[in-house]
Amino acid sequence: MSALLSLRGIWVEYGDKIVLEKVDLDVDGGSFVSIIGPSGAGKSSLLRIILGQEVPTRGSIFLDDAPLTPECGPDRGVVFQRYSVFQHLSVLQNTLFGLECTAAPFTARLFGSARRAAEKDAIEMLNSVGLGDSIHLYPAQMSGGMQQRLAIAQALIKRPRILLLDEPFGALDPGIRADMHALILRLWRDYSLTIIMVTHDIREAFTLGTRLIALDKRRIDPHAPHRFGASAVYDLPLKRNKGSLEEEVITVDIIQENETRIGYE
Amino acid sequence: MRWVNRQVRRGDRILLGSLPILMLLLLYIFFAAQRHAINPADKILPLPAGMASGMSALLFQPDQLTGQLTFWADTLASLQRLGLGLGISTLTALILGLVLGVLPPVRATLGPLVTGIAVIPPIALLPILFIALGLGETAKVALIVIGITPVMVRDIAAHVADLPREQIVKAQTLGASSWQIMIRVALPQAMPRLLHAVRLALGPAWVFLISAEAIASDIGLGYRIFLVRRYLSMDVIIPYVAWIAGLAIMMDVALAFLSRRMFPWAHGARH
Repeated sequence: MSALLSLRGIWVEYGDKIVLEKVDLDVDGGSFVSIIGPSGAGKSSLLRIILGQEVPTRGSIFLDDAPLTPECGPDRGVVFQRYSVFQHLSVLQNTLFGLECTAAPFTARLFGSARRAAEKDAIEMLNSVGLGDSIHLYPAQMSGGMQQRLAIAQALIKRPRILLLDEPFGALDPGIRADMHALILRLWRDYSLTIIMVTHDIREAFTLGTRLIALDKRRIDPHAPHRFGASAVYDLPLKRNKGSLEEEVITVDIIQENETRIGYE
Repeated sequence: MRWVNRQVRRGDRILLGSLPILMLLLLYIFFAAQRHAINPADKILPLPAGMASGMSALLFQPDQLTGQLTFWADTLASLQRLGLGLGISTLTALILGLVLGVLPPVRATLGPLVTGIAVIPPIALLPILFIALGLGETAKVALIVIGITPVMVRDIAAHVADLPREQIVKAQTLGASSWQIMIRVALPQAMPRLLHAVRLALGPAWVFLISAEAIASDIGLGYRIFLVRRYLSMDVIIPYVAWIAGLAIMMDVALAFLSRRMFPWAHGARH
C-alpha cells in the first residue's frame, strides 16, 4: 500500500438503510479527486468517514498506511459549503485559530513574539487566497465567496495531508465560482495539496479533478430501495494531469485574468 | 397601503409609543380627581401631590428606629439580593450550559436533573429554603437562584448544542481539544445569548425577590409594599411599584446596550 489514503471495504449503514457498500479507494498524494453522484448516493457520508466525523459500519481506512482513528484531526482539513468559519472571530483571528490551538493547549491564545510570528504566517496565507486587505473584517461583513476563501486559508495554515471539500462552491454565484476554481487550482499546485472534493456540479468535477469518482447504486431492489448501497461506479483518470502542458497554460491564463480582475498582487 | 408595510419613522415611533402611557396616566388622574372631589381623604387613588408627601418621609427623613433613609435602604437591600441572585445564576448558567452543550457525556448525566429541577415551581420550595437556610438573606438569594437558573442553564445548553456541527468539526480539524473548543468556540458564542437570557430572567427574578421579601423580611422594596398595604397606603405602594418598573427597565436597557457593545458580530453586519 503506497497510496496516501486507502479505504478498504467500507460499508455505511444507518439502521437498515445501506448508504455505501463495499467502497474500495486508493488516493495518491498530489491528486485532486472529484466525487459526484446523485443526491443520497452517500457522497457526503464518504467524506465524513474520511474526515473522521463518522465511523463506517464495516471496513477500515489508512492514512500513510496507518489506520485512522475515528476522530477529526489536523491531518485532514475541511471546507464545508457553509458554517466553516467562526462568526465571532475576525478574518485574522479565524486564520490564527489553528496555530493557537497547537501552540497554547491551555489558553488557546498566543501573545508577544509568538503571536507576531503566527500573525505573519496567517497574513501570508490570507494574501495567497486574496484576503490580504480584509484581515480585520468579521465573516458577517463578507460575501459568501470571501467566507469560502477564509475557510480555505484557515484549513491550509495547518498544512493538512488531505484537504476535504464538501460542495465548497455550491452556494456561490457562477462568476465567483469561476474565481474560486482558479484559486483552488493555484493553491493545489503551489502547496502540492491532495484534495478530495464532493460536488454535484459535473462540470466543476471535470474541470478541477485529476480523477473523477461517480458514486451510485449498482443494483436497485424496487421493493426495498434502501437495502442496496452505493459504491464507485465510475473511476476515471482525467486528462488534465500535472504533466499536461497544454492544459496547464490555459489554467494559468485564467488565473492571471482573475488576479487582475480581483486586483491582488 | 397594507398595514404590514407601514414603517414608522423614529420620531413618530416615540410619539406613538408614549401615547398609550400618557392616556393611562391621564385616565388615572381623572378618576383620582373624581374620587377626591367626593371624598378629599380618599386613600385608594392618591393624587400625585399625595404620593409626593407620602414618599417624602421615606425619601428624606431618617427612620426613627434604624436611622436610615427608608426608601434608599429598601432599594439597596433589594438590589443587593437581586444582584447576588442574578450573578450566581448567570455564572452557573454559563458554566453548566457550556459543559452540557459541548460534552455529550455530561449532558447525558446532568440533563435530566436540570430538567427535573426546572419543572418544580420555585415558590413551592420556599418553605424548604426557609427551614433549611433560615429567614435571612441566604434563603431569599437562594429562591432567586433556584427560580431562574434552570431555565437559563437549559437555554444556554440548547444554544451551545445548536452551534453548527460544521464549526465543531472544523475546530477539530484545526487541532482544537474539547477544552479549546469550549473556551474559544462555544464560550464566546454563548455570551450574547447569556446576556439575552439574563434580560429574560429579570422578570422572574423580581417576582421571586418580591415574594421572598413579602413573606419574611424586615427591609426591601417588596417588604415595604406588603407592609404599608395594611394601612391602605396607596400613596407609597404606587411610587414603589413605579420605581421597581424603572429599575427593571434600566437593567434591561443596560444589558441590551452591553451586548451590542461587547458582541457586535452577534448583532447583524454593521460594526
